[in-house]
Amino acid sequence: MSLRHKAAVAGIGETRYERASTKSALHLQFEASLAAIADAGLDPKDIDGIIPIGITGAPAEEYVANFGLPDLRFSAVIPHGGASGIGALQCAAAAIAAGLCSAVLVPAGRNVSSGARAGVRIHQMPQFRFVTEFERPIGAIAPAQLYAPMARRHMNMYGTTSEQLAEIAVTTRAHARLNDNAIMTKPMTVEDHQNSRMITDPFRLFDCSLESDGGAAFVVTSTERARDLRQPVVELLGSAMGHPDSPSSITQRPELTHVGIAKAARLAFEMAGVTHDDIDVAEIYDCFTWVVLCQLEDMGFCKKGEGGDFVSNGRLRLGGALPTNTHGGLLSQAHMLGMNHIVELVRQLRGQGERRQVADAHIGLATGYGDMGDGGLAIMAAA
Amino acid sequence: MTDDLSMAYWAGAEDGSLVLQRCDSCGLVRHYPRILCARCYSFDWSPVTAEPSGTVHSWTVSHHVFDPSVLTDVPYTLVTVDMTAGVRVLGRFDSAAAPETGQPVTLRFERSADGRPAPVFAPATA
Repeated sequence: MSLRHKAAVAGIGETRYERASTKSALHLQFEASLAAIADAGLDPKDIDGIIPIGITGAPAEEYVANFGLPDLRFSAVIPHGGASGIGALQCAAAAIAAGLCSAVLVPAGRNVSSGARAGVRIHQMPQFRFVTEFERPIGAIAPAQLYAPMARRHMNMYGTTSEQLAEIAVTTRAHARLNDNAIMTKPMTVEDHQNSRMITDPFRLFDCSLESDGGAAFVVTSTERARDLRQPVVELLGSAMGHPDSPSSITQRPELTHVGIAKAARLAFEMAGVTHDDIDVAEIYDCFTWVVLCQLEDMGFCKKGEGGDFVSNGRLRLGGALPTNTHGGLLSQAHMLGMNHIVELVRQLRGQGERRQVADAHIGLATGYGDMGDGGLAIMAAA
Repeated sequence: MTDDLSMAYWAGAEDGSLVLQRCDSCGLVRHYPRILCARCYSFDWSPVTAEPSGTVHSWTVSHHVFDPSVLTDVPYTLVTVDMTAGVRVLGRFDSAAAPETGQPVTLRFERSADGRPAPVFAPATA
């Protein structure tokens, strides 16, 4: 059974994204959830399925209690870090298509820029246990240091340059400047990127995403039901998830320059029945600039090794051939675990992108990338 | 956290040796320590001392202090090394010069800040 035409994102919601929120993570999740439910034109008591984004989320029971949900029929946990939102969308669509439930809430919210940093947080997660035992003691502490050898390997094999990574950072910042809910809005040039301090070679400060506070949520229903709700219908065409070989250790990975989405992309495009040329807008998980380039290659937008040229010459900019991260991404809008990528894709396909709207955006995709390379994508369309 | 699976590795490292798991059934050498052989699904394995040699696969030079409770002395270079034994090892790189892909290196163990032995690689001497 395919998920094509079975489910739609009927509601989206976000809080303000901030550097230091005074609200708890749970408060932020509830705020985003209520916004998404209202956006769909539903009442909280209509929710009968919940997939909380596990690494930040409260268990479904918190929602039953706080929203007074009368009949929660389905809940699940998708443990894919920053790919959890895409995985949750896929899972929600499958549960709805199977008749298990009718309106699934996917909430996320975090309060991290005012709390422990990523280099501390990941070591509390079981999937990072090899990193914690073998790599952290020698100084491989944070995600940036785990991914940097992937980017360095790509540069050494294919001649990819820091200036090409800068193009991704600069493009994303330009888009954030058109978004009223973005944290980083100061103009950025390639020169600014090149002058930003080295964090862990080849990643400079502006190759790295933000640590942000806030919440984001969406509501999934059947496409049929979404037609009776408040917003223009944006439905799922295809979705797939994939794990890299050696998912729990990048060091032991046979090929450092491939991630899980390489296995998922063909399946998602086949399910959707569309080709790469049909994609009008792309919201690509961008914890680091290089991760965008890698996913573009692994999804087949260009060949492995050609990503540096592919992202150059404004291709990813509004008005370019593949407008990407129109909201400003994790690099400049906020790090909301890729949930903001899904929200933005829906907004674009509804035609609600305001100053940053991609003209004639009918079909688009959002990707997720989590932990050490779990990945997935959702191809969606205005219906 | 050290468990039964990684105890052989850490005991070997204390003696300055790289000790890996070798499957008793099919002979596949693996790292990091795992319960099961991914090739033949045997639970049985024995520790084997590996050659301390390999070649550089990739690297990063860290300039930022990510967690002052672990390490504050920057910059430092981390190298990912293809070991002769067929696994990879991540370690510190002990050289003033930057590493190069394919560069032959030799492994030794030195105490890291937490008091445990940590892999350190130096350019191989001919």
